[in-house]
Amino acid sequence: MTGRSRTQVLDVTREDVAAALTSRLGAGFRPAMVAGVEDDGSFRVVYVLVRPADDARVELVLRTSGVRPTIPSLAAVSYPVGRFEREIRDLYGITPEGHPLPHRLIRHGHWPQGWYPMLRDADPTPRFDPDVGSFPFLEVEGEGVYEIPVGPVHAGLIEPGHFRFSVVGETILRMKARLWFVHRGVEKLFEGRPPAAGIELAERISGDTAVGHALAFAMAVEDAAGIAVTERDRCVRALLLELERLHNHVADIGALANDVGFGLANAHGQRLRETLLRINKATTGHRLLRGGITIGGARLVALPDVDAVAGVAREVAELADLVLAGSTVRDRFTGTAVLGANAALGVGALGYVARASGIDVDARRDHPFVDLGEHFAVVLEQDGDVLARFLVRVREAAVSAALVRDLAARANRSIATPYAPAVDGPGAGLGLVEGWRGTIAHRVELGADGTLRRVKVVDPSFFNWPALPLALADTIVPDFPLANKSFNQSYAGNDL
Amino acid sequence: MNAGALVLVVVQVAVMVVLSPLLVGVMRQVRARMEGRAGAGVLQPWRDLRKLLGKETLQADGTSWVMAAGPVVLLGSSALVCALVPLVGTTTFPLVPDDLFVVVSVLLLGTVALALVGLDAGSAFGGMGSSRHMTIAALVEPTVLVSVYALSIPVGSSALSAIVEARIADPASIASPVSLLALVALSVAVLAETGRMPVDNPSTHLELTMIHEAMVLESSGRDLAWLELGSWLRLGALLGLVGSLLVPWGIAGDVTVPALAVGVLALALKLGVIGAGLAAGEVFLAKLRLFRVPELLAGSFVLAFLAVTASYLVVQG
Repeated sequence: MTGRSRTQVLDVTREDVAAALTSRLGAGFRPAMVAGVEDDGSFRVVYVLVRPADDARVELVLRTSGVRPTIPSLAAVSYPVGRFEREIRDLYGITPEGHPLPHRLIRHGHWPQGWYPMLRDADPTPRFDPDVGSFPFLEVEGEGVYEIPVGPVHAGLIEPGHFRFSVVGETILRMKARLWFVHRGVEKLFEGRPPAAGIELAERISGDTAVGHALAFAMAVEDAAGIAVTERDRCVRALLLELERLHNHVADIGALANDVGFGLANAHGQRLRETLLRINKATTGHRLLRGGITIGGARLVALPDVDAVAGVAREVAELADLVLAGSTVRDRFTGTAVLGANAALGVGALGYVARASGIDVDARRDHPFVDLGEHFAVVLEQDGDVLARFLVRVREAAVSAALVRDLAARANRSIATPYAPAVDGPGAGLGLVEGWRGTIAHRVELGADGTLRRVKVVDPSFFNWPALPLALADTIVPDFPLANKSFNQSYAGNDL
Repeated sequence: MNAGALVLVVVQVAVMVVLSPLLVGVMRQVRARMEGRAGAGVLQPWRDLRKLLGKETLQADGTSWVMAAGPVVLLGSSALVCALVPLVGTTTFPLVPDDLFVVVSVLLLGTVALALVGLDAGSAFGGMGSSRHMTIAALVEPTVLVSVYALSIPVGSSALSAIVEARIADPASIASPVSLLALVALSVAVLAETGRMPVDNPSTHLELTMIHEAMVLESSGRDLAWLELGSWLRLGALLGLVGSLLVPWGIAGDVTVPALAVGVLALALKLGVIGAGLAAGEVFLAKLRLFRVPELLAGSFVLAFLAVTASYLVVQG
């Protein structure tokens, strides 16, 4: 199904890149990623655009010199592209000229001046400088306005993120999230590995999205090398993807209730999640489904117990009813942290965050790799509040459970064949997968020897994080943890 | 009379110091079991206290003597409330009346001390907690005053011991509309005052939603132990007051060993039942949106006010 023929590659110049991007966006494309690539003595910036309507994919390639590289900023054309430009600037030192928001994005305060971690000659472990430059938080002035700094170390088991609230009384005027405390250099670690050894790394990009990232990576490699995957293995992959969606959705349904003090629902959510994790363990040998995706195929220990999964799905529906039966919980969820459809479109939101605001995006339908059958439906809500995000996830869990049954039956009818295809380079490929948080994009370039030359990873959280502050207008401080949990973005997947 | 009152005060405070951590332990254990968890056991608050008292007390940079004095004032005021409220017996000092206005003032002293502790370190969370705490206190104290005042009108005295003695003498008055309205109002106020659901979630780790926990974040060691014990004593004394008003039997009328023994046992039983019931109820509650808390407390004030109005009608009729 996939093949390099699908992606149209166009060389663009500094002068016509803006027009090329604008016309594609007008024709229904959305930016999936902007990747910097270092060649010998020069840089390439690759704008990957995809069209949900017909799964068309376009790569605009802009070349720039190796000395004091610059590109024209396209932040005015597309907000997400502007954020990718800042990422490329911090990783490669390519300056986007005329960027309206030029301050650092992922560069941590302790990184030495002039150290760009993705460059070939970058010292992998530089000596850290003291954090001298202050982070450019906007100071909100006015009578009674005060600031609340939270994090990056929190009281619970939460990834590191610093939130700076400007508050009047209890009402949030503005919230700025400072993320990027967990840079591990994942994209750099991919370089030089054989593709098969990239799977284990992809599984660890974001611990709760092992299948999503591994599958996007595998599909990008297969796209680059022209490897076909059997129908049976594509069914198994979709099956694993739904199992992953299910256990994450179930955990968060309980966790959302817990954040309004309804611990009973969380106890049930945790119990159901544990049941699912044990099913996962029996299915792939790993509770978080690691090891299920391989280059060119998929590997199962056994098919999942579909009756047990269906039982969990029934209990999840009961649990959701229990949560929403309480008028207090409903009151806390309803109208809290509303993300409007225009705001969601503007930041390019993905996944359940977008779907809860009425934005109809789902890579399972827009960029399909297997026909999911009659039980598949894209779940949409319109209100964009915590309740909408909760309901989208409840209904998606039900859809996932139905898909698990269908896909297991289809995978069962065909025989597994151990398969380790040779990966030939050079080539470049794109993998698009609807992980539980939203559309994951991986772009892989293979060297002539078939090893990984450049891997660019985009977790949907990269798109969705800017949506959170937008949703906080008119929200009160004690509702922030609930709002944040309803988005549940990845910090590690965002930072890489 | 004085010697007897002294014995009673010592017994009441000593019993409450022993029982309050156990009460909190029972409440946590009930909640844990109802949520399907094993729980830490009813003795865990006592173990926590022992641990905290054995630890070095650290103070954040920039804090003042308030950080050390506040916990002692809170503990002292809570102990005084335990001494004044008729829990084990009704004998009182003639000089220090167990007048309801005195009790509420002493409660407020502890409230302010705790709020100052929250403000002293100058951290955003402490200030936020103190601000919310004072907002709720301002809404709660009038309700406590008015509801107990409603109970005092039929008796003709605002001394709590007189009210309780009158109820023992005339049990039918407990089920009167005045009494029921006032008790419901008082119970809601006690929930808010002691930081229970649905006003505050005592078991949360989310800093931004905290009220009570936010104020004690900067305290450690002995200071934290006094803050915790002081808050538990308040919870115990207020639940005990509700218990004494609702079920006044078993409270010692005179200071003799058998009467006191019965009083202590009755108190333990009442606290255990009320605490377990409260914890069981909390399992099914979610925390209110902060801006809805005033609506709840305004509702309880209206009930208290109705109780006062009704009590005048009853007295005149």
